[in-house]
Amino acid sequence: MTPRLYIPRDAAAIAVGAEAVTKAIEAETNARGLGIEIVRTGSRGLFWLEPMVEVETRDGRIGYGPVTPGDVPGLLDSGFLDGAAHPLRVGRPEDLPFLSRQTRLTFARCGIVDPLSLDDYRAHGGYRGLQRALSLGPAGTIEEVARSGLRGRGGAGFPTGVKWRTVAEAPAAQKYIVCNADEGDSGTFADRMLMEGDPFAVIEGITIAGLAVGASKGFIYIRSEYPDAIAAFAKAARAAYENDCLGPRIAGSAFGFDLELRVGAGAYVCGEETALLESLEGKRGQVRAKPPLPAHKGLFGQPTVINNLVSLATVPGILADGAETYAALGFGRSRGSMPIQLAGNVKHGGLFEAAFGLTLGEIIDDIGGGTATGRPVRAVQAGGPLGAYFPPALFDTPYDYEAFAARDGLIGHGGLVVFDDQVDMARQARFALEFCAIESCGKCTPCRLGSTRGVEVIDRIIAGKDASANLALIEDLCHTMKFGSLCALGGFTPYPVMSAINNFPEDFGRKAAAAA
Amino acid sequence: MDQHKGLEGPMLPILHALQATFGHLPEAAMRLVAEMLNLTRAEVHGVVSFYHDFRAVPAGRHMLKICRAEACQSMGGEAAARALLDRLGLEWGGTTPDGRLTIEATYCLGLCATAPAAMLDGRVAGRLDPAGLDALEQEAQP
Ligand SMILES: Cc1cc2nc3c(=O)[nH]c(=O)nc-3n(C[C@H](O)[C@H](O)[C@H](O)COP(=O)(O)O)c2cc1C
Ligand code: SF4
Ligand code: FES
Repeated sequence: MTPRLYIPRDAAAIAVGAEAVTKAIEAETNARGLGIEIVRTGSRGLFWLEPMVEVETRDGRIGYGPVTPGDVPGLLDSGFLDGAAHPLRVGRPEDLPFLSRQTRLTFARCGIVDPLSLDDYRAHGGYRGLQRALSLGPAGTIEEVARSGLRGRGGAGFPTGVKWRTVAEAPAAQKYIVCNADEGDSGTFADRMLMEGDPFAVIEGITIAGLAVGASKGFIYIRSEYPDAIAAFAKAARAAYENDCLGPRIAGSAFGFDLELRVGAGAYVCGEETALLESLEGKRGQVRAKPPLPAHKGLFGQPTVINNLVSLATVPGILADGAETYAALGFGRSRGSMPIQLAGNVKHGGLFEAAFGLTLGEIIDDIGGGTATGRPVRAVQAGGPLGAYFPPALFDTPYDYEAFAARDGLIGHGGLVVFDDQVDMARQARFALEFCAIESCGKCTPCRLGSTRGVEVIDRIIAGKDASANLALIEDLCHTMKFGSLCALGGFTPYPVMSAINNFPEDFGRKAAAAA
Repeated sequence: MDQHKGLEGPMLPILHALQATFGHLPEAAMRLVAEMLNLTRAEVHGVVSFYHDFRAVPAGRHMLKICRAEACQSMGGEAAARALLDRLGLEWGGTTPDGRLTIEATYCLGLCATAPAAMLDGRVAGRLDPAGLDALEQEAQP
């Protein structure tokens, strides 16, 4: 039998040499007259091991990583095509604690299947969800999503079933589904991994949403910073059209659904749902005042479901395996699983999907293995650029929407960015304000001007000028931004700023003792 | 352009296509879009100026986008970028005098677990220590 190798085509794997490794393996096996088959997959999400090459053996797939082109001759010499021993051999990926401790639902197929093969997708459970939705009908489908307890994974954690019901009940000839793949938060890559590693799950989820609320048209808005994901998703969508998974008669039923891919243009605020709709309509990406909700008046004024990509990709599994199975996992009002993204200065960076409820410390120290540099962890920013900085003293916080909110933090899209003890928290607070100034849509004065003003004030603190008066100014400014902003860009920027000041006072010219 | 005209909300697809063709969006292009979509020139200009991707002036022959967001900061991305900019005598957004290379800031490429990250002409790169970033810059030839 021809040996079969699996190599990720995930952008992060490519960024650390997956293409060069693939070429080296092809060239070297060719030179040795060895026939092999290479399947390009998504990534398993064990990024410290990328590029990771997996070989199919009688004992399952055996991983080797991180592989460089220079390792290839040695790997072949030692018989890695049969899964033989080698210093880079990590064994079966599923047996690594980082994977064996996960509950992979949304990411069950990512890194395993050929993302462009519908046969592979179906062989791994794909399109069972849509079949069930077709037999349940729209109302039954929405009921199922509601009972699963799924909350939006884009940041706000709004119940998906409630959103769908609102759109289903809105009378209109034309309704839309919009998949938010703008993924602008630093420290996040779950949307990207799914587009590159399991795009049919996204397409199936969008289709089910259309069926449930009575929409015949959908858009996916992908940020322009993701050229690999855009290319991968476009190919998958074409394959879906060619196989009646999109188009006028889906899966032989009377239901028709069209999906169009749109590319963003480099604006963080366009991840905000109403700014995204403006952008799709071809306007400046400025946030709309709510009400009206997009569910009532969304894209082109029509009732619109706008959901994060992970929320939508989670739906097929919920329908296939039942709402109860999903709802049985989790903690408090946070049901199901969350794809946590471990990023930044962390030893084991990657995607960790788990039921809610682990503590922040378990995630960072046990699963992440501490910092990549080997220095002590000093801070973790949770939930992207609008999220709070947590010190190790707060590592007992359970990973759950409400527990994070209770500590003035947020889960957001699931990103965790780790910093070691070299970090200067005054610089991080400055960056949060600077980012807000750069990305503000310009509609509210506190966000547009307050952020720029805040940068100047922090610069004075960094320069050692009158720390206490300037800190009082910052606090005031944050208060104004928090209550005078239309959306969370201006409204939540105070979280990273104030958490840095309160949890790391020594970096702002104050004594640590003042922390309490 | 005609290919995009019939779309619902055709503006961004048209602007992307024009910029892909011309490398930037000159005045004449904006006027053309305005005419085609029945908008004023000021309206088109308002859209173009809102988005970081669209540029009114040409960039260098190669485009290096370096991530300046938090995960890349945590792995020393800022210092590596600063050293490169200093070596080339550039500021963020600047172009080398020979028109070879433009360096722009970007905020997250979704490569945050293999940070620091950058993208050269749409090709992604990660784990960029200062030497790695310099090597990437050298790939932008001529
Ligand atoms: C400034 C800002 C940026 C946002 N960026 C994103 C984003 O990139 N992706 C996303 O799914 N949601 C983002 N959101 C949240 C969306 O507004 C919205 O809540 C989400 O798309 C709803 O989908 P969900 O219910 O499935 O989470 C952002 C919100 C704000 C205020
Ligand atoms: S808070 Fe900022 S980004 Fe949000 S609507 Fe106001 S100005 Fe725009
Ligand atoms: S923060 Fe740099 S790639 Fe995400």
